[in-house]
Amino acid sequence: MLVHLQGPWTPLIGRLTLNQVPYDNPVIVGAFLFAALAAIALAGGVTYTGKWGYLWREWLTTVDHKKIGIMYIIVGLVMLFRGFIDAVLIRTQQVMAVGAHSAGHLGALHGFMPPYHFDQVYSAHGAIMLLFAVTPILVGMMNIIVPLQIGARDMAYPYLNAVGLWLTTVGAGLIMLSLFVGDFSHAGWVGLTPLTELPYSPGVGVDYWIWSIQISSVGTTLGAINLIATIVKMRAPGMTWLRLPVFTWTSMATNIIGLTAFPVLAATLALLTFDRYLGTHFFTAGMGGNLMLYTDLFWVWGHPEVYFLVLPAFGILSEIIPTFSEKPLFGYTAMVLASLAIAGVSWMVWLHHFFTMGAGPLVNAYFSIATMLVGIPTGVKVFNWAFTMYRARMRFDTPMLWAVGALFLLLIGGLTGMMLAVPAIDFQVHNSVFVIAHFHSMVLLIAFAIMGAISYWFPKVFGFRLDERLGKRVFWYWVAASIMVFVPMYILGFMGMTRRLDYISHPAWLPLIIAEEVGIGLYWIALYYQAKQIYVSIRDRRKYRVSIDPWRTTRSLEWMTHSPVPFYNFAVTPVIHERDEWAWRKEQGLTSLRPERYQDIHMPKNTPVPFILGALSLAFGFGMVWRIWWLSAFSLAAIVSALILRSFDTDTDYVIPAADVERMERRGSVVAVAQDAGRNSGSGHASGSRFRATEQEGQ
Amino acid sequence: MGLARTKTADLASEVLWDDGHHPSDAVSSGTTLLWDSAPHQHDAISTRTFGFWLYMLSDAMILAALFTAYAVLSHSYAGGPTAADIIHPRFAFRETLLIFSSVLALGLSMSALKQGNRIGVVSGIVTAFVIGAVFLVMEFHEFAGLISHGITPERSGFLSAYYAMVLVHSLHLVFGLLWMGVMLAQIMREGFTDNVVYRLLNLKIFWQFQAVIWVCVFTFIYL
Repeated sequence: MLVHLQGPWTPLIGRLTLNQVPYDNPVIVGAFLFAALAAIALAGGVTYTGKWGYLWREWLTTVDHKKIGIMYIIVGLVMLFRGFIDAVLIRTQQVMAVGAHSAGHLGALHGFMPPYHFDQVYSAHGAIMLLFAVTPILVGMMNIIVPLQIGARDMAYPYLNAVGLWLTTVGAGLIMLSLFVGDFSHAGWVGLTPLTELPYSPGVGVDYWIWSIQISSVGTTLGAINLIATIVKMRAPGMTWLRLPVFTWTSMATNIIGLTAFPVLAATLALLTFDRYLGTHFFTAGMGGNLMLYTDLFWVWGHPEVYFLVLPAFGILSEIIPTFSEKPLFGYTAMVLASLAIAGVSWMVWLHHFFTMGAGPLVNAYFSIATMLVGIPTGVKVFNWAFTMYRARMRFDTPMLWAVGALFLLLIGGLTGMMLAVPAIDFQVHNSVFVIAHFHSMVLLIAFAIMGAISYWFPKVFGFRLDERLGKRVFWYWVAASIMVFVPMYILGFMGMTRRLDYISHPAWLPLIIAEEVGIGLYWIALYYQAKQIYVSIRDRRKYRVSIDPWRTTRSLEWMTHSPVPFYNFAVTPVIHERDEWAWRKEQGLTSLRPERYQDIHMPKNTPVPFILGALSLAFGFGMVWRIWWLSAFSLAAIVSALILRSFDTDTDYVIPAADVERMERRGSVVAVAQDAGRNSGSGHASGSRFRATEQEGQ
Repeated sequence: MGLARTKTADLASEVLWDDGHHPSDAVSSGTTLLWDSAPHQHDAISTRTFGFWLYMLSDAMILAALFTAYAVLSHSYAGGPTAADIIHPRFAFRETLLIFSSVLALGLSMSALKQGNRIGVVSGIVTAFVIGAVFLVMEFHEFAGLISHGITPERSGFLSAYYAMVLVHSLHLVFGLLWMGVMLAQIMREGFTDNVVYRLLNLKIFWQFQAVIWVCVFTFIYL
């Protein structure tokens, strides 16, 4: 049944040989040294401070949705950095490889990367940015915020939540591993067949691509189940559907997409796996295989996946804009319906990714019109945000800057999207960097929303805010960088430059490509200030201490508990009366967090099982990539056994007595004062000293 | 909008706690209920079964993708055997009867669960398990016959899709049998606790779902 392979294979280590480690490539060795030094520094730091036990007890085995969310975001940020480095390599290669006389280094004819290496870099850039950077960050955001916004103690299935986290981490880990052991896919993040079939991609690169995505997509599907069940089943009393905050609504819509779309990806990748491992003929070039079947199935997942990413971003904007406009969101119901409409339409447009592949005018016309329909709910959203800001007392704190920046990107990306929805235009610019610039505008909108969300919710999660001055500087450098990179890219697209070029034969494009490289430099400056912002904010965290409502004009439920949020979220479950409950309570002067009486709280216990499942999945994936059958079989058997053994464990929960809850609330509590913190510098000191007082009492 | 500035946390909370003049206390104790002080717990069984329905939806999407692949490849014979050559509807009909009776046995077991009848539940699960295992043996026999004639998944796109569909169903069956074994052990150990009951209910959903897959396989592939 198994296919015949090129190259050596032994039962013990499969296809693994020493020369699969690219120790002779200075680029990769540099990356390895950086990663190794970072890992050593991290491990050394943890050892020096004696935090291994703390790390294991409080983080690696946790089932707390906030900690899991934070870890999702950390994984996403690390991968965002990796994806950014890939982007730097792509841009630098292009700027170095213009014209026949451009010099070649490190074995490349032009630039510094030979085509096979360059192809891996852009494939990794796409797969990482979409699936291992933006997706985990957004899933992490939803993990942290959704239970708080609906007044829940945790997710519906805390244990499953941790499993999802570790599977996602394993996917990211496999991609990182592919950098140092073997290759990554050279076939683009889309992995079009038959290029990804064994005869054309005999190495392990495509297998790394398959298994990292496959394992993490299982995690994403489980996460989607969890979030939907949480929103449906765990809402506080009085939290009716039309009182749900819009971010929760968009999370609902996005996870409906996730739940229905990711299984299609799993099935598609499984069929490709059968082709590559068992020699079947689903997508092969002969023997009855059908390569368009792959393209269709992939984009049946791929397009909903795009909206899976953009909808939470829309939700974030819908939270930030009302807060800093000091007004309720305009057109709440329309906003909810628009989110669900976008989720619904997302399933009907996939063919617009390959208008040029000869489906015929009728099919193209149908998908063209369906694609344009997306503009209607999206337009509704844009106008709702605009009307929210219209004649408002707008404040431009860092989150609001990001939100408004995101709106401009949505405008650019959306309008170019509408252009591409016309098949006649699409035929002209298909496969050009115009398309790349379009979807980078959209993904940057998501990134802007994420940056806004981080600065907006950071004080809620950690109890201190990020430095505003540096945050604004990051924003402006990021804006300048995005303009410098992507405006020339739009122009180059119109001039006919195709995507994924490792060598540019047209010297007249050089000035625009240099402009893009300058943009990359600006991103580096933004990154520097970002690192500095985080460092300064953590160093001076006492100065940046906030109380429960740092932005003062927030509206939804997550602001109605302490900052940082205690592990049980709300001491007593709140009863909801209004759509913007917290804004309503502030108007009514009902800001006290002290209930009439406390109650026992029922909480899930921490468990190492999800982490162990993750470690076994990593071994399984690694074994499958290198075809080390015993390792995969052993890991799979161990996974099944762990799942069964865990199901026999009945001691999975514990109860915090009401008296303990009351004591914790009294000690760490901040009585709600909506007006404090905020923008005048004096209040920062006030809250700082308050926390010093409480900390001393705690000792 | 009572307090304008933060005080030391404990001090402020004491003030609010004792004097009761803060407007929030006035309203909350009088007209508006701000905190849910009724002792309530989430219905674990309902939450768990809801999540399992969602999982079934995702599984259904996997099968939708596979059936799509089968539909596209169903005539891609590549000069090899056709559907009419390898498919025996009568044999598959007997398999269908087995699947249905296994589902019936598990259904009877679940109605015994409503009465808390442990012997009824256990014997129902054992019957369902045995019939399911017989089905697997028949399927193995069918595949062994095909492969011995050189009719393997590598032969053509159609055969790849055929094997994939039937094997994915069998995989569900294997998983279900494993689950039944675990449930028998848990019933013996723990009796009908919440955990055991929701797992049994999910098992029922899962077992009926694999029967639905088989009905689709039988209808679209064997008929």
